[in-house]
Amino acid sequence: MSKLNLDQKLIDSSRNAAKTIAEEVQKFIDGHTTTTTERTITRLLGVDGVDEIDKPLPNVVVDNIKEGGGLERGAAYWIGNAVVNTGLTPQEIAEKIATGEIDITRLPVAEEGKIRETIYEMAEKTVEKIKVNRKKREEYLNTIGEGEKPYLYVIVATGNIYEDIIQAQAAARQGADVIAVIRTTGQSLLDYVPYGPTTEGFGGTYATQENFKLMRRALDEVGEEVGRYIRLTNYCSGLCMPEIAAMGAMERLDMMLNDALYGILFRDINMQRTLVDQYFSRVINGFAGIIINTGEDNYLTTDDAVEAAHTVLASQFINEQFALKAGIPEEQMGLGHAFEMDPDVEDGFLLELSQAQMAREIFPKAPLKYMPPTKFMTGNIFKGHIQNAMFNMVSIMTNQGIQLLGMLTEAIHTPHLHDRYLSIENAKYIFSNARSLGDEIEFKEGGIIQSRAQEVLKNAESLLTQIEKEGLFQTIEQGKFGGVKRSRTGGKGLDGVAKKDSGYFNPFIELMLGGDR
Amino acid sequence: MVETQKVDLTHVKPYGDTMNDGMVQLGFTLPVPAGDEAVEAARQLARKMGFDEPAVVYHKDLGIGYTYFVVYGKTTHTVDFTKIEVPKVDVDVLSKEEVEAYIKDNIKRKVVIVGACTGTDAHTVGIDAIMNMKGYAGHYGLERYEGVEAYNLGSQVPNEELVAKAIELNADAILVSQVVTQKDVHIPNLTQLVELLEAEGIRDKVVLTCGGPRINHELAKELGYDAGFGTGSYAEDVATFVVTEIVNRGLV
Repeated sequence: MSKLNLDQKLIDSSRNAAKTIAEEVQKFIDGHTTTTTERTITRLLGVDGVDEIDKPLPNVVVDNIKEGGGLERGAAYWIGNAVVNTGLTPQEIAEKIATGEIDITRLPVAEEGKIRETIYEMAEKTVEKIKVNRKKREEYLNTIGEGEKPYLYVIVATGNIYEDIIQAQAAARQGADVIAVIRTTGQSLLDYVPYGPTTEGFGGTYATQENFKLMRRALDEVGEEVGRYIRLTNYCSGLCMPEIAAMGAMERLDMMLNDALYGILFRDINMQRTLVDQYFSRVINGFAGIIINTGEDNYLTTDDAVEAAHTVLASQFINEQFALKAGIPEEQMGLGHAFEMDPDVEDGFLLELSQAQMAREIFPKAPLKYMPPTKFMTGNIFKGHIQNAMFNMVSIMTNQGIQLLGMLTEAIHTPHLHDRYLSIENAKYIFSNARSLGDEIEFKEGGIIQSRAQEVLKNAESLLTQIEKEGLFQTIEQGKFGGVKRSRTGGKGLDGVAKKDSGYFNPFIELMLGGDR
Repeated sequence: MVETQKVDLTHVKPYGDTMNDGMVQLGFTLPVPAGDEAVEAARQLARKMGFDEPAVVYHKDLGIGYTYFVVYGKTTHTVDFTKIEVPKVDVDVLSKEEVEAYIKDNIKRKVVIVGACTGTDAHTVGIDAIMNMKGYAGHYGLERYEGVEAYNLGSQVPNEELVAKAIELNADAILVSQVVTQKDVHIPNLTQLVELLEAEGIRDKVVLTCGGPRINHELAKELGYDAGFGTGSYAEDVATFVVTEIVNRGLV
């Protein structure tokens, strides 16, 4: 039942346009692979660890393939060929590549059927492990349960995984449902994933598989204690998107920031590279039961939240289609948006309410990820606390899914222990005190709230039909999203993109997308 | 009627609801479990900080054996306001239109300004507020200034790239934004830029400024910058400094 009286024809037309846009890009994606995609396959085949100069072995393997001119054929083929030739495990092969004993593209060529058979056997085992992780999460949800939606989502960002754990456990005891470990500044631009537990980071903590494992264990522990499953979030973005997804799937993360458009616009990552990367990462996330969070909220930090609202909606439509292509069900689509209007805008609260309700109605099953005010947080912590309260109010009135809690000290420092407590208390108070308000109210026909949503939808539809004509790459080149222009061949990571040849195969896409989930 | 006390600028104290009551509010966490002992610990700590009659008005167990406090106290300290000197960007701020006119009258060509969020910093909110067309809180950004060619290079720009771009564009001014300052990562980064500009021999040919929530003019000068802009600075503050500095230093 629509409270906004939205025109279903415009919604359908938007969705169709977004579908065509995604299909166009998918053609490009299907024809290409990337270095990090191949490193992901390498990881999923069991390669881990670092060489004597701390270079991750998946990089060692894929660099060796690339130098031998074999990237187009893919890591699965070369590793399979090496296993058939040597009888060694992928890990042992990687170690021998590191010491120079094996040059992976120079081994004799084995029979292709044998290679595939060998690789699929290994791949099925990994896929089974990930499935067990998904079952473990379901088991937790069925036994200890979870917090009510909107989930209270807070970040920890000390740089030291052990300090993060203390803060995360404290937050869970105070009522947080989701803990995101912010990555160290700059990790998105590293073309490798660091290894081992880490205690040094700036503005965040390195995403490493060991750090994932340590935090997972700590959250399971505290979750059992407080009687709520505590979800763990990390960042599946930047130059190692699918590798982080694979690590997250293996260590049972629950949510991943996962949005190519975000990387293109705000980290200047090459669009060809990251769209290919995104596809595989989303296939993994979808299969692992991980909720993806998209980054539309960020458009409003660089563009104006009132004027650019339709770009958020348009991008949500596109992200929905990309997610569907990668096998992500609607229930795992944490489409992003934000409470970022200038607080001096008269009736701004009504416009925020309108936008949030619109997203809710257009994506009814998606656990929408709602981001707090950041751009107009001033250092006046008292006003900031009220801005966050207004944001919480909109969320409970419109039934949002994932509430990234605003911190009163936003714009001052990464959250202190008690900042997080104050934010959780704020949200819990408002969510409880106004729990059913959304069910009780309707909006005035033709009033500010209805009219605003209708206008935003209309503008989004017209933007999407324009993108459908011009293509997504061109649209980004013109700066339509976030007011940021990026060129098709610019940005970081293009040298890691390769065209697949006819012998290329990626067993995981097939196993994860098809058949038994 | 008792007259209210007059302020003594040589001995200034916080004002709560009465002159010189010294009232200060504090919020902090101690890594000790909640309870009477924790409250007493907070009170004693406040006393050591120089507060008389500290009152712990609220405390809360944070869940890991730590306790959060809200405390009020009367400070025993004063400052001499008459002796205070703060180095400031010493120009009368011009409006956007005045800057534009100033460029027309005194510089008589386009002023090229290159800005970036440098090093590992990915937070462009500051540089965007100063440079982007839209600006911030009703203050238009430099891109909208007539007579200014503004290049916002965005986030995570290596200092080397910024210097190369400044040379390529023959920039009159360089603006650096630093928002992430955890563990003082901005200090070596800002210093390195100065060193690079000196190595390239162009430090004297550009107006070099930096900005961010933990930047002030004094720190900027110390690091070898011409000016520093903290929270609450807008495009016109930066523009005024840049154009007048160009003229004052004979860089026209």
